Amino acid sequence: MERARQLVTSKTFLIHFILILGSIAMVVPFLWMILTSLKTYAESIHVPPVIFPEKFQWGNYKEIFELLPFFKFMLNTLIITIVRTVGQVFLCSLAAYAFARIEFPGRNFLFILALAVLMVPGQVFLLPQYMIMVKLGWLNTLQAVIVPGLFSAFGTFLLRQFFMGLPKELEEAARLDGCNHFQIYWKIMLPLAKPGLVALGIFTTLWSWNELMWPMIVNSSPESMTLSVGLSSLQGQYLTNYPILMAGSFLAILPMLILFIILQKQFIEGIAVTGGK
Amino acid sequence: MKEISQQDEVKTNTKVKVSNLANTRKRSDYFWAYLMIAPTMLGLLIFYLWPILQTFYYSFTEWGAFGQFEWTGLDNYKRIFEDANLLQSFKNTGIYIIFTVPIGIFLSILVAVLLNQKIKGKSIYRTIYFLPVITMPAAIAMVWKWLYNSDYGLLNYLLSLIGIDGPQWVTDPKIALYSLIAVAIWSGIGYNMVIFLSGLQGIPKTYYEAAEMDGAGPIRVFFKITLPLLSPVIFFVSIMSLIGAFQVFDLIFMMIGKSSTALENTQSIVYLFYQHAFVLNDKGYAAAIAVLLLVVILIITAIQFVLQKKWVHYD
Repeated sequence: MERARQLVTSKTFLIHFILILGSIAMVVPFLWMILTSLKTYAESIHVPPVIFPEKFQWGNYKEIFELLPFFKFMLNTLIITIVRTVGQVFLCSLAAYAFARIEFPGRNFLFILALAVLMVPGQVFLLPQYMIMVKLGWLNTLQAVIVPGLFSAFGTFLLRQFFMGLPKELEEAARLDGCNHFQIYWKIMLPLAKPGLVALGIFTTLWSWNELMWPMIVNSSPESMTLSVGLSSLQGQYLTNYPILMAGSFLAILPMLILFIILQKQFIEGIAVTGGK
Repeated sequence: MKEISQQDEVKTNTKVKVSNLANTRKRSDYFWAYLMIAPTMLGLLIFYLWPILQTFYYSFTEWGAFGQFEWTGLDNYKRIFEDANLLQSFKNTGIYIIFTVPIGIFLSILVAVLLNQKIKGKSIYRTIYFLPVITMPAAIAMVWKWLYNSDYGLLNYLLSLIGIDGPQWVTDPKIALYSLIAVAIWSGIGYNMVIFLSGLQGIPKTYYEAAEMDGAGPIRVFFKITLPLLSPVIFFVSIMSLIGAFQVFDLIFMMIGKSSTALENTQSIVYLFYQHAFVLNDKGYAAAIAVLLLVVILIITAIQFVLQKKWVHYD
């Protein structure tokens, strides 16, 4: 008995040991980012490295707003993220409901068309999408980033799975009461598909906030730039001033960090749902 | 007699009514269905489906300075086979995939299995491993570039403590690609871990109880029960990781400078696509690269689907 307990404790110890080792590897880059962002330039390039700055240089954070229209970047990214997320979840759920719960001619054909988009790597769309933006005169506008992001084959597919799993009786009862499909979708199905909507919402939010290539292609003027693109431009200009670079990086990731800490469970479940099932 | 026919009439009347009702109901069904799918289908058509055809078309053209282009047939595809840069980019992407996908999957299964044990602090560990997943790749690249800095970086300082003279992580052409690979693995563990964890939780406890009764050790249990039952999830993750790894761009763009000595040995297929499409205004050739990428990804995914029969267990 005593031996068995010892065995269990040494096993738990080993598990914690490995997990803590990994955790250190995960956390150190973030800590180093924050610590560096609060150092003077001299401290940042001191050999051997200064771990804790003598005095927290909050001025680095002020400086980033002076060097770049950082506030504008944040606002742009926020607008793009919110409109894309709300719009995509709404439009995808509408289409997903129809694909899942209504029989209509051409349903399978249209659904397969949507699925085809899922099979194709994103780069295949980029050039023609860019040409569309040129023709519409949308370069350097927020809608250039927002509009293509409103439509998602992935989101439609994901939510369709959710709607298909809901019981048929609910719908029948509502139809006898004279509800039309939009009312059934809005009043009955949408609340029931909430886990799916949240999962897609989180996915889209993360993607919109962090995306680099498309916003960089269509929006290169500071007026309409997003944070990702702003950071990449910062790197070119202030290549060596790492306290400033780290301050900018930390500010750029902070909103998602806060959102993650608040909605941890939904984030992790959302990823598990979109990925695993 | 009359009564009966009256009854019949009522019957046929209701039948007509019912079928009328069914018809109007059907028509209303169609109306709502088309209305509800219209925005998404139109959007997909304009911004995704039509562009696929357009990219194919562009791949047979050559572009001038002012956006005009002319049909050049198979020229771009001939160029592909003579382009040493593109060949190198395929090699780079291949090395990147060979390391990031298997190592990434191995480490995330390891973490998921450990987190699936009866231990304290599970949710804290899960949160920590998940952090890189929510972090902007541009910021990840920035901080790793700083950690990798050969003069003032933390990594080389730590190595110097144990007497190792650290290399030039992101500028040495021989090493840079592997430095990128390490960052990619680091940032991907959390995502796959969550998927594996939910896969592990789906394995019925009775299997483990039976194994315990038989006196099987943890390693045997892992290989005989956990791994086979997890194989559909591993298959799914390997497909998604492979497709993702094929499209690596952000890290390279951010961490390797445009004039870096290591660029040639790190640039990926998509990096080259971006260069030709949006920097060099060589859009026809870029389109051909995109088509090639599509074909390669489809072929490799198809191969994976064929191979899965050999190792994936479905109940």
